[in-house]
Amino acid sequence: MPNTASDNLINDDLYRQIILDHYSRPRCNHRLEHPTCSVEGTNPSCGDEIELDLLVKDGVVQDVGFVGEGCSISMAAASMLAEAIKGQPVAKVRQLAQAFKARLLSHDDAQAAQEAQGVDIGELEALDGVRDYPVRIKCALLGCNTLLTALDEAQKD
Amino acid sequence: MYNKQLFAHVRGDFPILKQRFQGQPLTYLDSAASSQQPEQVIEAVAEFTRTSYANIHRGLYHLSELSTDLYDRARQRVARFIGVEDAPTVIFTRNTTESLNLLAYTWGEKYIEEGDSIALPVLEHHSDLVPWQQLALRKKAQLRWIEIRPDGTLDLDSLQEALTHKPKLLTFTWVSNVFGTINPVEEIVRLARAQGPITIILDGAQGVPHLKTDVQRLGVDFLAFSGHKMLSPTGIGVLWGKRELLERMPAFLFGGSMISSVKRDRSSWDVLPNRFEAGTPNISGAIGLAAACDYLDSLGMEEIRRHDQALMSYAIEQLNNVPGAEVLGPLDVNQRCGVLSFYFKGIHPHDISTLLGREGVCVRAGHHCCQPLMREIGMGGTTRASFYVYNNEEDVDRLVAALGKVAQVFKGVECGPGCELRPRKVLVQSGHRQLWPACCPKSQCTTCLAPSAHNRALSNTMDSCSPDLTTPTLNVDLTTPRSQQVPSEGGRKDA
Repeated sequence: MPNTASDNLINDDLYRQIILDHYSRPRCNHRLEHPTCSVEGTNPSCGDEIELDLLVKDGVVQDVGFVGEGCSISMAAASMLAEAIKGQPVAKVRQLAQAFKARLLSHDDAQAAQEAQGVDIGELEALDGVRDYPVRIKCALLGCNTLLTALDEAQKD
Repeated sequence: MYNKQLFAHVRGDFPILKQRFQGQPLTYLDSAASSQQPEQVIEAVAEFTRTSYANIHRGLYHLSELSTDLYDRARQRVARFIGVEDAPTVIFTRNTTESLNLLAYTWGEKYIEEGDSIALPVLEHHSDLVPWQQLALRKKAQLRWIEIRPDGTLDLDSLQEALTHKPKLLTFTWVSNVFGTINPVEEIVRLARAQGPITIILDGAQGVPHLKTDVQRLGVDFLAFSGHKMLSPTGIGVLWGKRELLERMPAFLFGGSMISSVKRDRSSWDVLPNRFEAGTPNISGAIGLAAACDYLDSLGMEEIRRHDQALMSYAIEQLNNVPGAEVLGPLDVNQRCGVLSFYFKGIHPHDISTLLGREGVCVRAGHHCCQPLMREIGMGGTTRASFYVYNNEEDVDRLVAALGKVAQVFKGVECGPGCELRPRKVLVQSGHRQLWPACCPKSQCTTCLAPSAHNRALSNTMDSCSPDLTTPTLNVDLTTPRSQQVPSEGGRKDA
């Protein structure tokens, strides 16, 4: 069993401890038995893959699960996002995903704050460092984009 | 041993390598993707641009004649570099990918029919895979896959099996861009021709830059390669083919330069090479490529090979001393060149390369445009360092030092979440078949139960086992935990 990242003494601007923790112990890292919808997301250029299951009932994301293969950024982002949306109303989940996406795609903190429009993205702020690595932004957004597609799917039914 | 003095001088010819990255020397280990250009190549292109540039062919003035002459001479120079006397059989393209697509759309469209077979190794780069896959789909033809052995070399038994289907075409790479494996071209050609008439294409993208090339000796029908992997600018590549085959092929792109006459309702095509070079070609690129051939020949391809082997040998030794690092592909430097893929502590290759990049160490990470191969070996990707004439032992040392920093950042996260869930099919080091990455406690060779490279320092059993590498495919139970599995036949060979 791998250790948690808590004994990692290096405070890296990209690989924050919380990211490494989610990477080594991903939350909601399983398939759901009876999902409302299952969506697959890939990053063709790097080969990262994710399968995301949502259980949506009465306008609320009752349960969420994902499995995937990818770098620490993509897997940690998916794990943090999954944890953040579990039990939340669909509208709020969508708002959160969009705020997170806008924040990552913005140029600086000021723009990020404006883009977020007051939505608190919680732990996901730890991924701010990814903005300095343009090619890695798509890694951080893999789970988020897959989630947005899944929400569309879920609402079709 | 190689001529250290000669190669110490070489590094100085590459202006880009004089740059520093955040105070660190630039460690460029991505030449298998694209190589850097020496002053001599840059200057040849600049001098041409300054003094002789004009469009080639029909310009009836001094500059155009000069330009045409330089372009033709560039073709002759490249022809000589690959052992070709008949220079018009050297077609300038954009790159290897375009050369291979040209073949698929001309030779392939003409000769491949429903039910035909095309043989190719599973380790092909997408550029020598997708064009044939799509051709096969268009024509309802069959792809016959040649598998690899656990050490990353081509499985010749599997080749024989593929040949029993009497493929019309065999296409394969000279050197794997993932493992660095040098495929035994002459032997493969001999085996293939022994089965009957067959057309053979060699993807020389990774081979031509490193190995002395003589198409007569290689015995293939077509050779494709890229300039930008052999010290040239981008946008210039080559397709060489046997004249009788090229002349029977339909034209590819239509337009200027490639015609002999155009009527309102029909056209006829020019002779080689023009017929396959529609439109204004990359004149500057061709001149750059010729200058690159001059440069490489001035060093000597044999000397370049010795340099590569020495560097490769040093890199393998150094990486094997890094705990958690495993070199993929054959360890024998006679069987490999140019590239060195490795696995490191279950850390994703993209995380490794981002962190190495911060230290000024440029490597490539991911599937290397070889997704079928990655699926075959059960890895999402690898980290790849690749070497060329300007690299030296210090580059390897800086790579190893930077890996130390990667390990520091990922301290305590040695296994990724996919690690336990997605065991690998084979480990490609020393021929030991290993399901689990070295950082897993489960890591053992599935054939001999020897501990992996990870534990080699503790128990020196690695070298006491010589697993049989001739079995073509490894069938592995990926679902039952190892502890509950019945040991495979032949089990433990060492004590």
